[in-house]
Amino acid sequence: MTTEPVISLRGVRAELGSRPVLRGIDLTVRRGEVVALLGANGSGKSTAVRSVIGQVPVSAGEIELFGTPRHRFRDWARVGYVPQRTTASGGVPATVTEVVSSGRLSRTRFGLFRRADHEAVRHALDLVGMADRAKDSVDALSGGQHQRVLIARALAAVPELLIMDEPMAGVDLASQGILAETLKGQVAEGATVLLVLHELGPLEPLIDRAVVLRDGCVLHDGPPPKAVGQHALPGHDHVHPHAPAGTEPIRTGLLS
Amino acid sequence: MDILDYAFMQRALLAAVLVGITAPAVGIYLVQRRQALMGDGIGHVAMTGVGLGFLLSWSPVWMATLVSVLGAVFMELVRWYAKTRGDIALAMLFYGGMAGGVMFINLAPGGSTTNLSSFLFGSLSTVSESDVTAICLLAAFVVLITVGLRRQLFAVSQDEEFARVTGLPVRFLNLLTAITAAVTVSVAMRVVGLLLVSALMVVPVAAAQQLTRSFAATFAIAVAIGVSVTIGGTVTSYYQDVPPGATIVLLTIAAFIALTALATPLARRRARALAAAQPGGDPAECAIPAGRESGDPAGA
Repeated sequence: MTTEPVISLRGVRAELGSRPVLRGIDLTVRRGEVVALLGANGSGKSTAVRSVIGQVPVSAGEIELFGTPRHRFRDWARVGYVPQRTTASGGVPATVTEVVSSGRLSRTRFGLFRRADHEAVRHALDLVGMADRAKDSVDALSGGQHQRVLIARALAAVPELLIMDEPMAGVDLASQGILAETLKGQVAEGATVLLVLHELGPLEPLIDRAVVLRDGCVLHDGPPPKAVGQHALPGHDHVHPHAPAGTEPIRTGLLS
Repeated sequence: MDILDYAFMQRALLAAVLVGITAPAVGIYLVQRRQALMGDGIGHVAMTGVGLGFLLSWSPVWMATLVSVLGAVFMELVRWYAKTRGDIALAMLFYGGMAGGVMFINLAPGGSTTNLSSFLFGSLSTVSESDVTAICLLAAFVVLITVGLRRQLFAVSQDEEFARVTGLPVRFLNLLTAITAAVTVSVAMRVVGLLLVSALMVVPVAAAQQLTRSFAATFAIAVAIGVSVTIGGTVTSYYQDVPPGATIVLLTIAAFIALTALATPLARRRARALAAAQPGGDPAECAIPAGRESGDPAGA
């Protein structure tokens, strides 16, 4: 039962302009797994994730979501997507509740909200610890709080699969902890998770498998590199908001 | 209230109220998508429709609706397919639309650019019975879309990529927004004029958001400002014999300035209240701006 693939990519190629970004990627995420997609800037990890949700045209290969070819997949309420934070801002003020409510639309008929929908939105805000800011403008939030709102938006539809693009980028320590706890809760309830990460950070204990990309190819697919192993990746910037004092950095990286 | 004794003023006031409701109602989505100038572009294209209406002796309002809807659909197509030269294509569309309007109206029997000026800057006394019928029908369509589909349009305008992943028909909704904006231009043409209609779509929204934190409140206040300035401008233009379009737009800008002045102490009070509610706030928490980008007008 637990081996049913939720995401399956076979030989996926994609180009941005004329530059190949993905050169034949194989990736399978099975039900209940937490998979981290790692790699340096420009390695194709964001493109890979965006190809899964149909935001990047694929020139070759097959993508399946829940066993359905992606171009025929319509059951989007089963997928919760958390984009990189910068993409989500409008020119008009909007409250936290209004933004999170967008995530519930996939479960409504013609966008009509029933009581259960309002409750789902409230519950999603509770999960990320933002219920007390429900009526505040999203523009008044910090980077970390904003990220929590985007995760609540994805959770509002109660998805089975969570796809997150760099959820920890620009997030303060307090929010990182809350995000890790939220994700832990989701995983405990059986959610499948695919994350793009720059480094494992506080999410490390949750991750079952790491897939490392370099130049659009899968370099490693297996247990997550130990502690700070991915530091050896080219282009990795050394930022350590989470390192507990006294931790011995491991210098032998995955690629060395 | 002798102003209501005249049938033409009754029609003008009705049209003004409908414009005051519809222009900000669709404008808020354009502002949210950072396409504030789209209404201006459609206004230029609609001139060809007015010219054609004169040339073919059809209702200029309906012809303007038809042509501006086609123009708006074309603009959406350009946004999808054109990557780098999209702005050039739009520029040609806008100026072609304006030139077409001037050309057609001069070709019309007995027509001259003088006929065009009431459409460019608005004219209350020329709002006819059939114009009012057209304006009512078109306004009903705009309200139905902007209110009935507010959650979907909000989601698409806030974050297009996320909206696609929730399975919303994003292309259809974008097209619908463009068409609704085009219809609004035709509604507003008689009262504020094609060259000023965009102001009524954008400025009430900008004024409202000086005070608000939520989309819903911004929508409500923008419509309230829209209705106030269109009624105020219409009444003023009746008593003072000044052009209604210009009066309405200047009143809207005055409202923007007044609300901006009012907003500064309000924002300060809110900040104090927030600071009081969160004693010992973490300084790291306010170091990162909440992802407000300076703009991506092409929506690429």
